[in-house]
Amino acid sequence: MTDRLPGFDTLAIHAGAAPDAATGARATPIYQTTSFVFDDVDHAASLFGLQAFGNIYSRIGNPTCAVLEERVAALEGGTAALAVASGHAAQVLVFNALMQPGDEFVAGNKLYGGSINQFTHTFKNFGWNVAWADPDEPASFEAAITPRTKAIFIESIANPGGVIVDIKAIAAIAKKHRLPLIVDNTMASPYLIRPFEHGADIIVHSATKFLGGHGNSIGGLIVDGGSFNFAGDDRYPALSKPRPEYGGMVLGETFGNFGFAIACRVLGLRDLGPALSPFNAFMILTGIETLPLRMQRHSDNALAVATHLAAHHKVSWVSYPGLPSDRYYQLAKEYCPKGAGAVFTFGLKGGYEAGIKLVSNLKLFSHLANIGDTRSLVIHPASTTHRQLTDAQKTQAGAGPEVVRLSIGIEDKADLIDDLDQALDAA
Amino acid sequence: MNHDNYPNDYIREILKSVKTIALVGASQNPARPSWIVTKYLLERDYDVIPVNPGLAGGELLGRKVYGTLADIPVPIDMVEIFRNSAAAGPLTDEALALDPLPKVIWMQLSVRNDEAAARAEAKGIKVVMDRCPKIEFGRLSGEISWQGVNSRMLSAKRPVLSGKGFQKLSLNRP
Repeated sequence: MTDRLPGFDTLAIHAGAAPDAATGARATPIYQTTSFVFDDVDHAASLFGLQAFGNIYSRIGNPTCAVLEERVAALEGGTAALAVASGHAAQVLVFNALMQPGDEFVAGNKLYGGSINQFTHTFKNFGWNVAWADPDEPASFEAAITPRTKAIFIESIANPGGVIVDIKAIAAIAKKHRLPLIVDNTMASPYLIRPFEHGADIIVHSATKFLGGHGNSIGGLIVDGGSFNFAGDDRYPALSKPRPEYGGMVLGETFGNFGFAIACRVLGLRDLGPALSPFNAFMILTGIETLPLRMQRHSDNALAVATHLAAHHKVSWVSYPGLPSDRYYQLAKEYCPKGAGAVFTFGLKGGYEAGIKLVSNLKLFSHLANIGDTRSLVIHPASTTHRQLTDAQKTQAGAGPEVVRLSIGIEDKADLIDDLDQALDAA
Repeated sequence: MNHDNYPNDYIREILKSVKTIALVGASQNPARPSWIVTKYLLERDYDVIPVNPGLAGGELLGRKVYGTLADIPVPIDMVEIFRNSAAAGPLTDEALALDPLPKVIWMQLSVRNDEAAARAEAKGIKVVMDRCPKIEFGRLSGEISWQGVNSRMLSAKRPVLSGKGFQKLSLNRP
């Protein structure tokens, strides 16, 4: 094979996965083991000192997980990646490598609800303070930056679906203030959007969603873009200062443009411990092999369903950037011309009661709190995930009483439209 | 040679053909990249000769340290420069004064001196700049993939064990 960069679909199948060196197994083996024997005492010392590449203990690294890491790094165009137990764990490890107690980061306010909770409440226990900005107004990110700001965090396609974020505009602000831009690329997947090409420095994923794609395994990924120079930058001591536990090694210097991924592994994963199981890594890897096929079908189906709903007499509005009438249509054309993803919301003229009836009447759509499954999924946020909020809070969160969120699967689109029609008729 | 983007075969051929490597800027500190690279290359059967005027006459990882390239009494296949880009100029000239000439001058990750490279290439010497031989060996053999690093290598052929345990791979991947 020449050195020509392979296409995305080829990387989705091959990147990181060679036949097993010992057995020739062609599918990636599930290395279901806690530990790995050392070749000799000196080899053990080299591994513990980060002086050799290799495997020690599956909390820190595992060959099955490593295939997933390289696969996703290649798909995103990054230098390296780290697989962890969930998307939430990925975020903890990223900020653990960047933040000291009392530091701040600026985050877009249109995020997965779980991330809003994590940033607002649990991160406070670490002394990490979030300042919110509006992704529809990139200048609001600049206004929120202070001398303690260490990073900017956004989603590429933002929850609860239908929001396309102008990554380049926010990346320009991050560059101006020498801050790493972290992008959660879960909703788009690298098939639709590759945030490093638009100026992101670090990408996180909930691999539970479209990467795995089959609703069977929780997992997360951190991808290092290799673009942010942490070496010599006193604001990021985890990367720029000698590490006492590694004999004074400076991680950002020793590991060059994949130092951030290494720091997340040898500090965060080692000490906080959210390792991915090799079995889950295998399941997610198998899912990724069909990511390009699935993601295109997800997007095509979503556009067909959104178009149908927009013309339905019981539907008051549809928020899907693939629709030419949508406020994010131009941004979608720029950032994700192949499709605007699978997840979107729409409003029912019949309000709260109609939402409950619709969810109850659907036969093919599954009523549950996930996205990015081969199966089509539905949730009525006002009666479930956002139930504890006041009506005003619900509306502000995009979870008003009339709102229904869909994650469109890869079934026959005619069957999805039929199911929605019969459920709407009865709602 | 285009020094922005080396073909994999160019790097592989260099790493497979050289045996004796003079490593200029060797360090006694195990946390320093130059010490780590010295150890890694020794473990892969390269004959690494550390060069550092401050450590001349001493031993480093069991190898005698020399003060300058000219002091080394045996022919050198490759000079590996672990100094900054400016220092790489005069060091290249020292290498070009050796008899016999080295086959390769390699400047470490972040070290680049295009004028020095041109002088060496004019004498038929292969030059690599801004690369780490440990990272390149790990990338081409497949070892670096164990750390989740994007090796940018795709192959349906299996990696080849080096014959020294299960956690070392060789460059002899088909």
